[in-house]
Amino acid sequence: MRLVIPLAITFTAGMIMILNFFVPHQPFKFLGENLQEWYMIVASGAIFLGVMNLMHVHSRKIRLKQKNWKYSPVTIIGFLLMLVTGLIYGVAENMPFDYLFMNMVAPMSATMFSLLAFFVASAAFRAFRASNWRATLLLTSAFLVMLGQVPIGAMIWDKIPLAKVWLMSIPNTAGQRAVMIGAAMGVVSTSLRMIFGIERSWLGGAD
Amino acid sequence: MKNLSAFMIFLLLSAAGTALADNADPPESVVTEAAEELEVISAVDLEASDTPEDAGGSVNLTWQMETVGSDPDSLGVIRSGPEGEELITTLPEGTVMYIDQTVDNGTEYSYWIVSYSGGYVQASSEVAAAIPSAQWIYRGRIGMLIILSLMAGVIIYFIESGKKGKELFIREIAGLAAVDDAVGRATEMGKPVLYIPGIMDMDDIQTIASMVILGRVARKTAEYGSSLLVPTCRSVVMSVAQEVVKEGYIQVGRPDAYNKENIQYLTDDQFGYAAGVDGIMVREKPAAIFLLGTFYAESLILAETGRSVGAIQIAGTAMPSQIPFFVAACDYTLIGEELFAASAYLSREPKLLGSLKGQDAAKLFFMILIVIGVVSATIGDFWSPLKSVAEFLRRLVTVN
Repeated sequence: MRLVIPLAITFTAGMIMILNFFVPHQPFKFLGENLQEWYMIVASGAIFLGVMNLMHVHSRKIRLKQKNWKYSPVTIIGFLLMLVTGLIYGVAENMPFDYLFMNMVAPMSATMFSLLAFFVASAAFRAFRASNWRATLLLTSAFLVMLGQVPIGAMIWDKIPLAKVWLMSIPNTAGQRAVMIGAAMGVVSTSLRMIFGIERSWLGGAD
Repeated sequence: MKNLSAFMIFLLLSAAGTALADNADPPESVVTEAAEELEVISAVDLEASDTPEDAGGSVNLTWQMETVGSDPDSLGVIRSGPEGEELITTLPEGTVMYIDQTVDNGTEYSYWIVSYSGGYVQASSEVAAAIPSAQWIYRGRIGMLIILSLMAGVIIYFIESGKKGKELFIREIAGLAAVDDAVGRATEMGKPVLYIPGIMDMDDIQTIASMVILGRVARKTAEYGSSLLVPTCRSVVMSVAQEVVKEGYIQVGRPDAYNKENIQYLTDDQFGYAAGVDGIMVREKPAAIFLLGTFYAESLILAETGRSVGAIQIAGTAMPSQIPFFVAACDYTLIGEELFAASAYLSREPKLLGSLKGQDAAKLFFMILIVIGVVSATIGDFWSPLKSVAEFLRRLVTVN
């Protein structure tokens, strides 16, 4: 039963969603829409699990003075501050929650995002070393694309921006589409394996 | 001088008289125009039709508004059916379509649009009728259904072949072959293994594929006795990951080694999650990092931080825009479909390998289809029979 029930649920839900995609007739439309709503409800309810886990992990760290425990009060205070201000004053504009979000959360997110520029530079430095002919090809392409993106590229030679457009729209798009088609095959195959109960490792390897 | 003054006065009086005459007696054309402005415009060209490709119970109404006349205050949609004649809705002026979703399948309904002005019906459209019905299939998706059925058939055929014991060759995937080595390295170094399942929820197929691989990694870490950390971005993913890891530990007979708190929820926020995971990497210094699932802009932030702490990194995603970042920053990268092949590859179960083989066969079929499509579309410009082949293929693969 431990195996049959989850497999039966997966098969039923999977088949309903497939039929809902191809058949507009009832009851598939109704069932498909309802299953999606159920997922949203379950996911919304699960946020409490996440909150409980967060509080439990960090309060335990503080209680037991575990390694790096001093970061945990910051997490808990930050969480409670946002929760309390949101519950008391609401999330409307110019309220404390909005103030905290706009002046703390948003700038911190932007800071993390801006780190990407430096990481791109360091990753590019490693990736663009001309160690073999393929890496050299990558380096040349990257150099052309970067040069075509800035005004000096056109000043050097007016065909450089055109070369950039060609690289981006022909070989790059072809490569990306190849990955997408392969991934789509994988998605279909994985879905079929799960719906028909061939893939069972998500049940913890129960056979 | 006196005569000049008298002439000027005469001119002024004449001009004033003309102006007064204009006000008192407007030309006939102006009167006609003013009268026309009083007529309220009506809806014309009303068309009623069954809503295509739906579950029934719906009629589409479309119409135009006359161009000459004054705008109505509002429009009313009148329906005549088995319950008699009724006003079903009032719409703001300027509206040119409405979908009636309060009808029964198989019953004929007649509709007309009335224009209201000053609270009264001032004009009415002609009558249009329709019979709503339910359809059994989306016509624009028949091609997709055929392709999916073919694919399913091929996959099932190879699964059956695998079950019968037929030898199936699967090429080596370096990233997956390195999973055991990565966990072994972490064990030897006495450092934890960090598993990052992406930032999307459980309704994302890449997250599901990631959970499948997590089960294998959990079994391996339980077997080797190394610690496994799984920070998650979604609560549902956390719950599923806890179950998967727990099952993995139970399977190898090490339930005592399972620590629920190692699978923790951080935040739903994309960069908050990236910051949290970066913090874990810097503090815990894991020896092996798995980045498997759906990633967006945080991919390189995570991969570069992982690299800076000296961890062996195995990444995998089907997001084409993030693959180059992983290739640049990680030791092994599972590209697109390889992420979904992981379960079959690692388990070596004939049934799963069969499905993988079927997937490859389907891919070969599509490659042939693409080549035929490209050739026929190119040559079709000069030779019309091939153009119709290209059109047929385009219709087959277009999903509406």
